[in-house]
Amino acid sequence: MLHFLLRRGLATAPVLLIVAVIVFLLLRMTPGDPAAAIAGDAASAQDIARIRAQLGLDASIVTQFVHWLGQVLRGDLGYSFFYRMRVTDLIGQRLEPTLSVAAVTVVLTVLIAVPLGVLAASRRGGRLDRFIMGASVLGFSVPVFVAGYVMIWLFSMQLGWLPSQGYQRVGDGVGPWLRHLALPCITLAVMYAALIARVTRAAVSEALTEDYVRTARAKGIAEWRMLLRHALANAAVPIATVIGLSVAGLIGGVVVTETIYAIPGLGQLTVDAVLSRDYPLIQAITLFFSLVYVVVNLLVDLSYLLLDPRIRY
Amino acid sequence: MTSISLRDDAPTPAAAATAGVLPAAPRAPARSLLRRLLANGGVRIGGVLLAAMLLLAVAAPWLGTIDPNAMDPANSHLPPGARAEFTTLAGDSFDRFFPLGTDSMGRDLWSRTAYGARISLSVGVAVALGSVAFGLVVGMVAGYFRRLDGVIMRVMDGMMAIPGILFAIVLVAVWRPSLLTVILAIVVPETPRVARLVRSVVLSVREEPYVEAAVALDTPTWKLMLRHILPNTVAPLIVQGTFICAAAMLVEAVMSFLGIGLPSEVPTWGNIMSEGRTHFTSHPSTVLLPGLFLALTVLAVNMLGDGLRDALDPKFKARGG
Repeated sequence: MLHFLLRRGLATAPVLLIVAVIVFLLLRMTPGDPAAAIAGDAASAQDIARIRAQLGLDASIVTQFVHWLGQVLRGDLGYSFFYRMRVTDLIGQRLEPTLSVAAVTVVLTVLIAVPLGVLAASRRGGRLDRFIMGASVLGFSVPVFVAGYVMIWLFSMQLGWLPSQGYQRVGDGVGPWLRHLALPCITLAVMYAALIARVTRAAVSEALTEDYVRTARAKGIAEWRMLLRHALANAAVPIATVIGLSVAGLIGGVVVTETIYAIPGLGQLTVDAVLSRDYPLIQAITLFFSLVYVVVNLLVDLSYLLLDPRIRY
Repeated sequence: MTSISLRDDAPTPAAAATAGVLPAAPRAPARSLLRRLLANGGVRIGGVLLAAMLLLAVAAPWLGTIDPNAMDPANSHLPPGARAEFTTLAGDSFDRFFPLGTDSMGRDLWSRTAYGARISLSVGVAVALGSVAFGLVVGMVAGYFRRLDGVIMRVMDGMMAIPGILFAIVLVAVWRPSLLTVILAIVVPETPRVARLVRSVVLSVREEPYVEAAVALDTPTWKLMLRHILPNTVAPLIVQGTFICAAAMLVEAVMSFLGIGLPSEVPTWGNIMSEGRTHFTSHPSTVLLPGLFLALTVLAVNMLGDGLRDALDPKFKARGG
């Protein structure tokens, strides 16, 4: 177990290194002088020279990279040009809303998608199956921001049930927190549920063709019990894998959703950083989200141990 | 030996592309493939929808549109179906019917939406072609030249660890937005996914007896790859390309919508929605109508992709994640 963690952790190191190289090069790819790009349009020649010295732009690109990587590894991601504060502090401030949106969305997605997928698999080829699969194509074809505005129009403007803007800290009460998260999370969950319901259906259908399912049926097991105990239990690993892989899409979705619903999280910070060309902040956010993606997928790998007792690391 | 002569009968990819034949199903004649495709309800609906959108894009100037950037502030926020006297900034005045109404600057939404179809569809197609082309080369090299595999695939893994939309947004921010940079920015994050798929196909095909036979016959590497390996990638790539096309249209719209894609005067569906966003509570149709066009187009492409996957290979499960 520990051995696996170590090996798997080491295996992610080259991936993270490549991410670091790409993120580092992104800043160097700006047309013209990166120092001028960082300094902005209103900078004087002195400012540019100062930034150039700060970034060590006169050194070779490899030296620059090693220097920058050393800073990153010490947790120093530099200062935001726009907010004039440490980017790590900025990210920390914006973490709670984004984590809330992501967590509630994942829970909601699993609650919607897994039962629907199991249902579709158990009625494979039938009318219900075709309906669920048709709805799922619709689900991941509707862009998040279109779905978002339809939700606002329906639940907020027409019915007046839910707030359409802003975020309430979880510390100020779970009720208001959930009410503000309801629309953004439903919006995001529609898309992910569509994807995960399809995978669940495929995985459960496959499990249903196995011999142990036939044996269980021969013993006269109740259909629902067979679906849960035998089919779903064996389909859990592919479902977990897709949930892990779709975290990348979820991050993209969060960026859009936070903009629509005016949630002051990392997504909005990303858009603001890009609009103001706040390069250190862009770099830091990109690194951070990539790290999240890698770590989540590492955790998914570990979850196989719980989901499938046959797997030993 | 027989397998080699069989493969020689298979159409080359280039000939297949021009003839519209899919070489990946050499045993099934093209006609039966077409029949299988058309038997799929999703393909029929998706095909008709997509054809309508293509027509909208190609024939935009002749579909009762005016200059998508012509504005008349006096006619801002007309409701869909309104008729009004439109005066351009140049002073030309004419009576006009506005099927979808106007936006806050008094620009005709129908014209902007129709021209927006051009951007969406060309971005979708260009990104699909671009990432398939790059991914094909990278994947073939990684799959065939084993010594390069480790390095190439680690780089691809690294690229895939950066969330796609974020990657594209950052690239556009760095390059400054134009149609070409937007397309490239979406191609870059999609390429590793294609490369992975191609590599897995190459890895399984290179163990096939006909490839071993060709190697034994001293077939030059380039010929081996073009003739014996490439045709096997065509079917999965067509399916993958379709899904990439749909995803690319979404990403472009998201970028425009967030205000970091193409310049706001360019009529894209995302830009129209972005502009309508500030007035959403009073004029929801400005956001919802272009959104409907976008959703229908993406839906059409996804339905086609689903049908193609089922028809080309029922077992093929790759879905660009």
